Amino acid sequence: MNTEVTLAGIKLKNPVMTASGTFGSGMEYGEFVDLNRLGAVVTKGVANVPWQGNPTPRVAEVYGGMLNAIGLQNPGIDVFMERDIPFLKQYDTKMIVNVCGKTVEDYIEVVERLGEEPAVSMLEINVSCPNVKEGAIAFGQEAHALYGITNEIKKHAKQPVMMKLSPNVTDITEMARAAEAGGCDAISLINTITGMKIDIHKKRFVLANKTGGMSGPAIKPIAVRMVYQAAHAVKVPIVGMGGIATGEDAIEFLLAGATAVSIGAMNFVNPYATIEVIEGIEKYMRDYQVENVSELIGAVE
Amino acid sequence: MQTNMTGIAERADRMKQKQNAVVLSQKKIATDIYDMWIETSLAAEVKPGQFVCIYPKDKSTLLPRPISICEADAQKGALRVVYRAAGAGTREFAGYGEGDSVSVLGTLGNGFPVEEGRGKRIFLIGGGIGIPPLLELAKRLEGVKRAVLGYRNQELFLREDLETYAATYVATEDGSMGSKGNVMDAIGDNALEADIIYACGPMPMLRAVKAYGAEHHIKTYISLEERMACGVGACLGCVAKTKEIDHHSHVHNARICTDGPVFDADVVDI
Repeated sequence: MNTEVTLAGIKLKNPVMTASGTFGSGMEYGEFVDLNRLGAVVTKGVANVPWQGNPTPRVAEVYGGMLNAIGLQNPGIDVFMERDIPFLKQYDTKMIVNVCGKTVEDYIEVVERLGEEPAVSMLEINVSCPNVKEGAIAFGQEAHALYGITNEIKKHAKQPVMMKLSPNVTDITEMARAAEAGGCDAISLINTITGMKIDIHKKRFVLANKTGGMSGPAIKPIAVRMVYQAAHAVKVPIVGMGGIATGEDAIEFLLAGATAVSIGAMNFVNPYATIEVIEGIEKYMRDYQVENVSELIGAVE
Repeated sequence: MQTNMTGIAERADRMKQKQNAVVLSQKKIATDIYDMWIETSLAAEVKPGQFVCIYPKDKSTLLPRPISICEADAQKGALRVVYRAAGAGTREFAGYGEGDSVSVLGTLGNGFPVEEGRGKRIFLIGGGIGIPPLLELAKRLEGVKRAVLGYRNQELFLREDLETYAATYVATEDGSMGSKGNVMDAIGDNALEADIIYACGPMPMLRAVKAYGAEHHIKTYISLEERMACGVGACLGCVAKTKEIDHHSHVHNARICTDGPVFDADVVDI
């Protein structure tokens, strides 16, 4: 049984990764799971300088999922390179660093710094965080802007570039094609879906930011649909995510056309989720006599 | 499930664990306040002020509920949690009875610095559902212990338990028992003094306690709460504003779940 997949030239021991922002840089969940078993760790977004993030409350529970408005709090690239990268280097897993910024120049600064570090296998570009007011989200919601920033980043990146797409658009295929035309090596989707929750007793928004990004099992059908659409619109590989809790969920994304999958909010619900998803995929492969997991990619009929 | 079995073997040596534990007993001790003992090996190493996350079984309410540890019996391997049934998750927990399974992650957070209280005049100040963690703390502290407890009304849950370990003073909002008003009124009415303060309760109470500690130059430790998602320091949902740049985040935020929930009151802006 072979669980290996190749994503934009990077070999992953299995198709299971972590969704940016739900797993830090692996330190916290390293107390629960063996990071060596993961296909890749995708880190929390890092910017050129530290970001304070949004006021609290930053998280809220909703039916079958959650809202978050963390606002990309991060310690900045200097600390990240001194602390987080050396930590992850100790493990036999691929390191994919999520990059965030407010301007194109911000992104490029981080991309160039990460280019100095060969242990970083791939860059994931966050142009789709719904919780940061300035700049970033516009790159992820206008095809022309997405094409432009992808193109700029590719000029400076030493590692393969994966663009993380927002589901908060009219036509996901238009965005996927724009990222591909800009030269990206892979696409990941979906980021969270913008939502809102109101406390009817206090007549106030539950989140200090008023809106937040929805994640969790309740968004899975939307994510599967968008992965399927994007996979049919572009040739670059797709990383699928959105509410994956089990191996069966992951298989659904692979069949829809994803080359790999990420576990996000479900880490919070089950700190062992990543490992259980890997084991669930292996069980499915045994049950259905699948020799290579890559046979499943896009195999829905 | 076989996958779980292998998983558990691997993680046997890890400090933080998610377990399927068993409810030993549960009773209602005041309006909406429940008292549950859980059998779990997590009880072996508990610092007062730490908490556990309890996961509802209902799949529509996914996130863990952070609940402070009220008592830990290491020998019996049992934890006591006293909590308010306030939403769908905690209402589900309130329905558990003896023998039911309960999904629990722990032990989490830093806990109160017990050693610092040794030989001192100590205030344990609790308000409402902030009172439970003070019980294990009162058990472990060695000094002249005074528990100052604020309640809404005459439903003085955990007061008798605390009396075993500390002299107790009560304030009630409706004036039905003890001082009328809040914990600060009880301190004033009884002319109490302390060298160190440990406190847990609602934010207005903590602000008053912090101001009192600062005014009287008393070392003050407060336990904070915030809406959490992961409970283990990964999601950055539950941050407290810090006066200085935090060593981990490198911004003016500390994670309540891992850097707290107990903070030196001077360190956080509340």
